[in-house]
Amino acid sequence: MLETVPASDLKSVGQKTRRIDSVEKLTGEATYVGDMVLPGMLYARVKTSPHARARIVSIDTSAAEAMAGVRAVITGHDIGYKLGLYVVDKDILARSEVRHFGEGVAAVAADTLEIAQKAVEAINVEYEELEPVLHPKDALKDDAPLVHPDLGDYSYMEAAFTPKPGTNIANHTKLRKGDLAKGFAESEWIVEREYTNPSVQHVPMETHVAIVQWGKNDQVHIWSSAQSPYTLRNLFAVAFGLPHRNIRVEVPYVGGGFGGKAGIGIEPMVALLSQATNGRPVKLTATREEEFSLLPCRSQLTYQIRTGISKEGKILAQEMTMYWDSGAYADYAVNVTRASGYSAGGPYEIPNATVDAYTIYTNKPFGTAYRGFGHVEFHWGLERHMDLVAQAIGMDPFEFRLKNALKPGATTLTGEEITEHTGNITACLEKAAEMIDYGTISDAEKTKAAAQGKKIGKAVVGLHKAPAMPPFTATTVILKMNEDATVTANLTLTDYGQGTYTAVAQMIAERLRMPMDRVKVAFESDTDRDPYDWQTVASKGLVLSGNAAILAADDLISTAYGDAAQVLRARIQDLDHDGDGIFLRHHPDRKVTWKQLAIGYSYPNGNGIGGPLVGVGRYIAQGLTHLNKETGEGRPALDWTYGAHGMIVAVDPETGEYDVLKVASVFDAGRVINPEVFRGQAIGGMIQGLGTASVEGYIYDEKGHLLNPSFTDNKIPTAKDIPMEIEIFGVETPQVDGPYGARGIGEHSMISVAAALGNAIQHATGAEVTHMPLRQEDVWRALNRKVAIDNWITKSPLGSCKSAVELQKYTCD
Amino acid sequence: MKTVHFKINGEAYERDVAEYKTLLHFLREDLGYTGTKEGCGAGECGACTVIMNGKAINSCLVLAAEADGAVIETIEGEASGNNLTEIQQAFDRNYAVQCGFCTAGMVMTVKDLFRRAPHPSRPQVVEGIEGNFCRCTGYEQIIEAVLDAADHGAAAEIAARDAGETKEVSDA
Repeated sequence: MLETVPASDLKSVGQKTRRIDSVEKLTGEATYVGDMVLPGMLYARVKTSPHARARIVSIDTSAAEAMAGVRAVITGHDIGYKLGLYVVDKDILARSEVRHFGEGVAAVAADTLEIAQKAVEAINVEYEELEPVLHPKDALKDDAPLVHPDLGDYSYMEAAFTPKPGTNIANHTKLRKGDLAKGFAESEWIVEREYTNPSVQHVPMETHVAIVQWGKNDQVHIWSSAQSPYTLRNLFAVAFGLPHRNIRVEVPYVGGGFGGKAGIGIEPMVALLSQATNGRPVKLTATREEEFSLLPCRSQLTYQIRTGISKEGKILAQEMTMYWDSGAYADYAVNVTRASGYSAGGPYEIPNATVDAYTIYTNKPFGTAYRGFGHVEFHWGLERHMDLVAQAIGMDPFEFRLKNALKPGATTLTGEEITEHTGNITACLEKAAEMIDYGTISDAEKTKAAAQGKKIGKAVVGLHKAPAMPPFTATTVILKMNEDATVTANLTLTDYGQGTYTAVAQMIAERLRMPMDRVKVAFESDTDRDPYDWQTVASKGLVLSGNAAILAADDLISTAYGDAAQVLRARIQDLDHDGDGIFLRHHPDRKVTWKQLAIGYSYPNGNGIGGPLVGVGRYIAQGLTHLNKETGEGRPALDWTYGAHGMIVAVDPETGEYDVLKVASVFDAGRVINPEVFRGQAIGGMIQGLGTASVEGYIYDEKGHLLNPSFTDNKIPTAKDIPMEIEIFGVETPQVDGPYGARGIGEHSMISVAAALGNAIQHATGAEVTHMPLRQEDVWRALNRKVAIDNWITKSPLGSCKSAVELQKYTCD
Repeated sequence: MKTVHFKINGEAYERDVAEYKTLLHFLREDLGYTGTKEGCGAGECGACTVIMNGKAINSCLVLAAEADGAVIETIEGEASGNNLTEIQQAFDRNYAVQCGFCTAGMVMTVKDLFRRAPHPSRPQVVEGIEGNFCRCTGYEQIIEAVLDAADHGAAAEIAARDAGETKEVSDA
């Protein structure tokens, strides 16, 4: 789909066209599910578990049922269906046992929200508390309680995953490349470390909302804040054994998702409440607290890396072990494990490597997709590790990265060969270094920092990610020409802020050679009316839907050329078009306008030909394969987007306080379709990354109670927390099969930001932090060689081995 | 139930409202002003910001009954026909909107800021919008939009509208 048209000839693509969704959002007219009220609608509330693990002895709902205005009360006992994306392991409401704090045990539908809340409070659940398993490494012990004793009976996607019945392992992803032992034997240095991240919450400003009406003849109508209407429909149909055509999913405007609204969430529970009220529409709006524990979070990760390096500073071998804390259910965590498994080495060439990535059940709120899909988490460890390795071997970390960066001719961990079209990590690293003036600290910088008692540190980090998706992922765009020669496009990719619909509109305008104001991309999605799209995840939207949009436009043009050839009595090969119409190349005055063709051409005597102009574009990822389950070999990547961040921090070496002075982010976007939308994604993701790097994270007590499910105790960045200077740059190495050469960057902006912070702080002060987040007190502890505080249940392994340039060879104990 | 009177975006309302109902839920559920959003219900995120008696407030922290008699401004009162306000135009021009869920509260906060500081400095803008969370944009393009709106006379436009409304009231 690569267009060789020079950028200067493009009219819409590459331009700063306005977002197509600004006005309705700026005026309050955009309708989100929470704004909707249907006739006869009831309101739902959920009774949640106060325990991390307990047997449900009894549930007494009689008082709730007796309350005026209560229309239905359901408990897990009434429900025989199970849910699961890849491993079907989740009850819609807990049945005999609760497996995490905040899990739903009963739900109520009532005339008002207030009645529903009172009814939930009147439900009496008797529990027998059981010892929870909270730490993923504890969960691997032989005598650990099993979160899912019936794991062996669950169905799962066998082509991609490997659960281990009789253990807490929901999946083990394996990768083997080259000869690890030989690589280590030939290494001059071996450096081994462990890095940890806590669970974090996505925090879309709009919490999860769903309205469901289970009508007669099992016709189910769902309105949801879902990212992926078709996947929601599919999972719902499979769970309830209903034909897909019975289920209609409508998704209006959505207030942010970040992965947390992919898959299926509260919809089945709400559907059962509707069924229990004889088909009345029921609405459930998750509270902010429920967003933290009833709904899923991002998984905690413990990442061990052991690296062998040659005398010249080349990586010869790397052994990587990931312990992904899935929480109580496998959900997306098994696929996060798989995706981070095949990407685990980052944008570097590693000739001999092994990866063992485990998804581990514990009694905590479960993990799901989150912007970056595992890559934010493991790049924290990997990019800290690259710095610590460089330090240990006495090499500049930037030079070390350049030396080991993937270049044309190199192979990835899965055996895919890198070409000059793959994208250019070296260019990204070099540009980021240039943007922060890496390698020198100017007198002005020193003086300014010293005035505040601070020291300057600079760091450059790399990153990579490919869309994590099934190898046959597909989408469709339908394009219709209206009577006045404007066009309307339908697709079911959800634009919850990314700006993809604007980019798709730009490509359609470009193809039809029309101005942007003649192109509409219809915002609300409806599975009854709009064509299939797999999911809105993985930064695959721009590439797949963009290609489908181009094909839809070409299809419409081709149909129109057929009609025009007849009208103009010309050969199709001699036709060309502009925004006004279709004409003969050698006689441009012989022309039929789009308006004349739009709904069918009519001759002066009334005869009609053609018909309404429609274009269909369907696109499926090509050439991808499943991975070999023993070696990880195969082709998982639609495209690799590379990037780099440069960061400048000023750190107080006494107190550990720090300011982020500048972040420079660079991505090889292939082609930047809209520079300001690109910039918005780059900055937004970077700040989200900085939030998780510096302050966000779940805190549990020893019984597994989540202690901070609110904005009071779990801060996210405000306008005051952003760096003083932000600079964004797009490298453009065209992707041959990308639309106009483009790649997605929506997730990438968040990846490696935390490592940039950790590395810059270490360069400024020597503070060596290997766990996230880097709160200022954590920096102080590291500066004073104090053991890190274990807030996250996960023990931080800080200081397991000391970096020392003079040591030629060392390993951890 | 209590009978309350409000003037909302220049329109007079008389309604019976339950004592427990917040101003946010009263606006959204009883009057259909759904442009104002609920992000946390605890006064932390600013998504529910409206202007009450000339001051930006979290409408999730105010009971409708205790606000009886108030003059309220919400997002629905900003644009007129196809004419966006200078603030709205600047947000559009500067890509300050992504998912849109914080937008209404952000715009009302900025309107309040312009009444107090017609030509705010960047630190004043940052301070001004600090109470409004945005998870999508990373704030930079919002800050740029507010500074751009100031350059396009947003404060003067607000002052002129305020003068017009005061005149209308005195004429009546």
